[in-house]
Amino acid sequence: MRITVNGAVHDTGAQSLAALLVELGHGATKVATAVNEAFVPAALRAQQTLNHGDRVEIVAPRQGG
Amino acid sequence: MPRLYDREIKSRLMLGTAQYPSPAILAEAFRRSGAGIATVSLRREAGAAREGQAFWDLIRALNVELLPNTAGCHSAREAVTTAQMAREIFGTNWIKLEVIGHADTLQPDPFGLLEAARILCAEGFEVFPYCTEDLVLCARLIEAGCRVLMPWGAPIGTGLGLNNMYGLRALRAHFPDVPLVIDAGLGLPSQAARAMELGYDAVLLNTAVARAGDPAAMAEAFARAVEAGRLAYEADPMTPRDMAAPSTPILGKAFL
Repeated sequence: MRITVNGAVHDTGAQSLAALLVELGHGATKVATAVNEAFVPAALRAQQTLNHGDRVEIVAPRQGG
Repeated sequence: MPRLYDREIKSRLMLGTAQYPSPAILAEAFRRSGAGIATVSLRREAGAAREGQAFWDLIRALNVELLPNTAGCHSAREAVTTAQMAREIFGTNWIKLEVIGHADTLQPDPFGLLEAARILCAEGFEVFPYCTEDLVLCARLIEAGCRVLMPWGAPIGTGLGLNNMYGLRALRAHFPDVPLVIDAGLGLPSQAARAMELGYDAVLLNTAVARAGDPAAMAEAFARAVEAGRLAYEADPMTPRDMAAPSTPILGKAFL
């Protein structure tokens, strides 16, 4: 299945957002997620299924003004 | 000290965390500034990089309140989603709401800002809107549920100071009970002092400190200026006049 992760094309076998995060090495890191521009809380990542063409955003704390 | 959303702040100086030469200099700038609130952001994370964790560890060690922003968002929808992600990551209802409307000036988009503020206030966020000094916009933001306003002094990163003294004075006069924070545009401590002399409750700045030759020294300079400006405001300054008036008594002067 082909999706977009942080703007880059990504082929994955992950069926859920939680599985995708593990696949990408985000398992235990402090990140927040959105799928198709909608926020997905951490508690709902396991039940957030992924579909071909989904746009996933994974963000983490950064410097800001 | 003023209360922002029921939390008493420990300093009237709020600092951004971006653009410092190194993490150590950032930490030293915070220490010397005495700032009690730090603005932070969210950006895309690559799995192996762990940049977010390193930054998170750094800001936790500062022992300050965190004010996440929605910097770079150009629509209400984008800002709302960013705010929701920030609330989960940083564990706070506080959000510095930025909805940018103009690429060159980074001027807030008042329409998108108000739309996002309404949504976020309804979701229980405590919104710090980055706004202009427009009285009508500010009144609408208060109606939407904002209990703090953060008008710009000048466009972000310019260091031009307070561009519209009349507008900022009018805003202070119209909303005497709403905490007002000058956000963006300050370049020098004297400009921060001026904001405090106008009766503003706090200032928020980043570039002026982070891009100074000695950020930690500049942070302390701003802290002193903010303190001096506030003290001056509380001391009730004299009214300026056009004509000279001798300060030394005329009476008793020798006739020579």
